[in-house]
Amino acid sequence: MNIPTVAPLLSSVTEASDIKTITFKNKSAVLPGQFFMIWIPGVDEIPMSVSYITRDVKGITFRNIGEATRALARLKPGDRIGIRGPYGNGFRITGKHLLFVGGGTGIAMLAPVVEQAQKRKLNLTVILGVKTKKELFFENRLRRSGATVLVSTDDGSKGYKGYASELAKDILEKEHINAVYTCGPEPMMKSLLSHCKTIPFQASLERYMKCSIGLCGQCCIGKGLRVCVDGPIFDGKTLRHCEDFGTFKRDASGRKIPI
Amino acid sequence: MLASGIMDEDAGSMQRIIDCGAGAIVTKSIGMQPRDGYANPTVLELEYGLLNAMGLPNPGIEQYGQEMKKLRSSTTPIIGSIFGANEKEFTLLAEKMEHYGASAVELNVSCPHAKHYGLEVGCDTTLLQKIVSSVKDHVQIPVWVKISPNVTNIVEIVKAAEQGNADAIVAINTVKGLKIDLETRRPILANKIGGYSGIAIKPIGIRCVYDIATQVQIPIIGVGGITTGEDAIEYFLAGASAVQIGSAVYYRGLDVFTLICKEIEQWMSTHHIKKITELIGAGHQ
Repeated sequence: MNIPTVAPLLSSVTEASDIKTITFKNKSAVLPGQFFMIWIPGVDEIPMSVSYITRDVKGITFRNIGEATRALARLKPGDRIGIRGPYGNGFRITGKHLLFVGGGTGIAMLAPVVEQAQKRKLNLTVILGVKTKKELFFENRLRRSGATVLVSTDDGSKGYKGYASELAKDILEKEHINAVYTCGPEPMMKSLLSHCKTIPFQASLERYMKCSIGLCGQCCIGKGLRVCVDGPIFDGKTLRHCEDFGTFKRDASGRKIPI
Repeated sequence: MLASGIMDEDAGSMQRIIDCGAGAIVTKSIGMQPRDGYANPTVLELEYGLLNAMGLPNPGIEQYGQEMKKLRSSTTPIIGSIFGANEKEFTLLAEKMEHYGASAVELNVSCPHAKHYGLEVGCDTTLLQKIVSSVKDHVQIPVWVKISPNVTNIVEIVKAAEQGNADAIVAINTVKGLKIDLETRRPILANKIGGYSGIAIKPIGIRCVYDIATQVQIPIIGVGGITTGEDAIEYFLAGASAVQIGSAVYYRGLDVFTLICKEIEQWMSTHHIKKITELIGAGHQ
């Protein structure tokens, strides 16, 4: 069966301006990079990458941006949501010195893979890219994991002034990075991919999703790659050959819209 | 062939299904205007089948031309599924599909959960005959009519389609269903009512095809719960000349087309059947 399991919220925490984390009881085995379909009864059901993974409790972190996330942001502990999943493929960790680049809410789903890599005692560098410091979250959490954490802001209010992909470029030139992991705005990820050349690259993509089980075709990119089943993590080789990447997405009707 | 509604909203997805061995592709049902469809949840997997209420999402016939154009050089037939509210809309959509290079059109007069479209059109035998006649008068490519099992007058409906000069009947569309969550005590699908497909509906499809075969002379394309080669054989015996696969993509993955073809061949070989035509309608005894 693939239907939502209803669970009460255990907590709702504000992480930064407009960004919240909610947690709920969920015992499924989740790989970093996988996502749940979160059902808000009477409102919508949306895909959400998992930002907290423990054996019995899972969490998601989101920006209050649309009807569904607004409804999620209003929920209090005890209120109920439906959860189905996990879906998708998850990240694969390879190499000894890894660079993680998170842009905006993309930071949320990278945190669990950073923590997983930390358990293997790898050398980790994390770039957190946000528009302005008010939107920064998970900085302390990631520092606690032992990673070298760098911050970039578009407006220079904290850390490096400029895009996360530009800061990443400097690091890729100076240091010997074995693999790059990213989630964030697609133009940022596409720019990052262009700096990676032969370095293994994995990016988490986001598309409008409906079925989440590989049938409806709504989230397909390129030659029928289903973000919900074949993704959401795609490697650099696949993305270099995918004309959709960083270029366009499709709305609920299937019409192409520029990114 | 691929049934309408699965991995067929854009050219890339359809190309992938072609590469996976489908003999033909039926497109997502396309209408006059872009349509978002219903809010999520739109698809659930229940114990014995899938329940969906997508709400006929599609980019509209003008925009869909771009997807069809990319498949123009394909040697695999592309069948344009279309939905409209009346004969004027169906005819215009069929003409566009023919112009885009479609090998046939499939008239969706059976979607069980869209207001003013689908089943609401397909229940009205007078309107249905008018639509089929009008489309036939305006295009050269074959015209298929996909019908619903959610009716009491299936015989009258297929006869109306045949009298309108339809070239084939496609049976069946999904079966109306509902799933209620016990904890929240509300239907899970945003549209509440959905269409049930997959393993559970195979006997319903087989029965419809069996009944239709005794009523019309035109070919029948069987669809509904086909997951294995033996399922396809059963549809042939009931009277289907070809079959469509949808939900089985979920159960067995995208390779399901190749797998089912192999299973059909194996079954035929062990039963000393040389041609599928020997099987079509052979269950009527």
